[in-house]
Amino acid sequence: MGLQDYIIRRLILMIPTILGVVVLIFAVLQMIPPESRASLYITDPKQFRNVGDVIKKYGLDQPVYVQFFAWLNQILHGNFGSSQLGGHKPVLTSFIDRLPATVEIVIYSAPLIVFFGIWLGTVSAVNRDKLPDHITRVTSILGTSLPSFFFGIILISIFVAQLKWTTLYRLSEQGKLLADISRGTFRLYTGLYTIDGLLNGNIPLFLDALKHLALPVLVLVFIQSATMVRVTRSSMLEALSRTYIVAARAKGLSRKEVIYKHARRNALIPVVTISGLLVGGMLTGLTITETVFNFGGIGQWAAQAAIQLDVSIVIFYAMFSALIFVISNLIVDILYAYIDPRIRLG
Amino acid sequence: MSTKQRFSEFKKRMQPTIKEIKFTMKKILESPLSLAGVALVSFFIAISLLAPILAPPRDWKGYPLRDPFEIPRDPDEPYTTMPAPPTSKYPFGTTTGNLSIYYGCIWGTIYAFRLGLIVIAAVLTIGILLGLIAGFYGGIIGELIMRFTDIILAFPGLILTMALIVALNRAGWSNIDAAMLSIILVGWPGYTRLIRGEVLKVKTEDYIEAARASGASDLRIMVKHTLPNAIYPIVIVASLDIGSIVLFAAALSFLGLGAPPNYADWGQLINQAGDWVSYGLQYWWTFLLPGLFITLFCLGWNLLGDALRDILDPLYRRK
Repeated sequence: MGLQDYIIRRLILMIPTILGVVVLIFAVLQMIPPESRASLYITDPKQFRNVGDVIKKYGLDQPVYVQFFAWLNQILHGNFGSSQLGGHKPVLTSFIDRLPATVEIVIYSAPLIVFFGIWLGTVSAVNRDKLPDHITRVTSILGTSLPSFFFGIILISIFVAQLKWTTLYRLSEQGKLLADISRGTFRLYTGLYTIDGLLNGNIPLFLDALKHLALPVLVLVFIQSATMVRVTRSSMLEALSRTYIVAARAKGLSRKEVIYKHARRNALIPVVTISGLLVGGMLTGLTITETVFNFGGIGQWAAQAAIQLDVSIVIFYAMFSALIFVISNLIVDILYAYIDPRIRLG
Repeated sequence: MSTKQRFSEFKKRMQPTIKEIKFTMKKILESPLSLAGVALVSFFIAISLLAPILAPPRDWKGYPLRDPFEIPRDPDEPYTTMPAPPTSKYPFGTTTGNLSIYYGCIWGTIYAFRLGLIVIAAVLTIGILLGLIAGFYGGIIGELIMRFTDIILAFPGLILTMALIVALNRAGWSNIDAAMLSIILVGWPGYTRLIRGEVLKVKTEDYIEAARASGASDLRIMVKHTLPNAIYPIVIVASLDIGSIVLFAAALSFLGLGAPPNYADWGQLINQAGDWVSYGLQYWWTFLLPGLFITLFCLGWNLLGDALRDILDPLYRRK
């Protein structure tokens, strides 16, 4: 079976999962009484006076299967309802407003997580039971035990409150940026402040945005790379114990060459598989980290909505993150089949 | 057979088991990291056993509390939102509303164990039942079970849990019950998959076929042969997930989706301390102490789990 067939098969297998996700979300929604569910479709507070009309209009009193297709029809047309937070704006609009903040954190932390995870994992395995290994292992166990919100709070109390090196949120002076935008002296191209800062030639803004990213990125990298370190370490150890490593060494290749060319290439296969899990970890981690640092991304948005029991946002966010998670797992599977022919031929 | 004979028979039968347990203990005591894990976990077990002595669940007049997990407030003290530093009356200081952080941390330990044990017991029960059925019988039912686990595992755990809590809350549940139920509903698929995989492996072993050939019923094969060989090791290792479950629940409490305010819950205490973080380290006790409890609790279980996973793995056990 070629790689192409494999990809097509995986794509077809993805359909029932996505369908299942949609049905599950609908089932969760059905736990809520219709009066509360009607708030999804309320765009004007006046409508609260006659909720009955809204229930009728959107068929919330119809049999379950009718409701399901009506709801599916709405979401396929991009209507995820309106949120009670932020003045009954459509969910999709406020989501897009907040997306850049999250994308910016991800762009900076994901490469660092992969880099530190693989590097420290290799160092740890190569120096098994020596000092670097002990330090890395203890640090990575700490990374899985330290709650990200607690780590974030410690960093805030020291670097934000005590030393005043940076502030919460994405910029020191958000108001100034908004004024510049309305005056036309600053153009938002991407919504990512570091990149927009560079594109506008506004270096102070770029540096300021970078300074605000430092702490949230540090928290995410520390917590998320712990798993990567552990997986890399154990798969490196396994690869190093293989006979082909002994053979390569016996052939007269240098230790360095054997470690990086023979062992690590094979050891990275399991590491690729867990990068799918990493995406899930990131989505979870972002929810907490953004909340701690008041960063204003989609994770914080969903967490705030959950506290205020704003169903529409929470449901949308759950569907969105499941979609991202499923797609990234698909990419990981394809990548896996690409680098390891045993998978697609087996 | 006399009782004595029966006992010596039992002792003889148990000998290999005892030998293996002794070997496991020896291995644990050999590594400083797992020893630290044992020490931390024992420390927390001791705290939760001694809690009624360390922090008697009584109000300031000496009457027993209705709910020991609700931190009592001294009615004679004027209400203040400002935290007070550690004193002899409040060994860990107070947080917003003259609440004793010491009481919260001690009873928070019991709360962590209670939540962790209930969740682990529930997810393992579901996991063992469904995993056995799916692995043993397969077929349409097995396929349905596994596809259902796929769907739940398609969500990042915390986010599906958040959605469930909101929905349950809207349906009239209290936050704290909704949180526990949601953690269970989101947590079982991983264990079901794990157990199904083990059952599938064991199913092909010769001893299962031998049992079948000698006329054993499905139920007998499942309970007598599959359970001890496929599941007990998983159960032991899975029960060490208590640390990560408590961490998960603490994150929910921190977000404001778990225990209510004034509750003896570590995550909730940190949530309440949020206002004082902006003063830097001036009110350090409000967040550092509960945070230290969570971190050490999870660290203990993770260290122990790490060691046991290697020790109990038959491939590495005797290496």
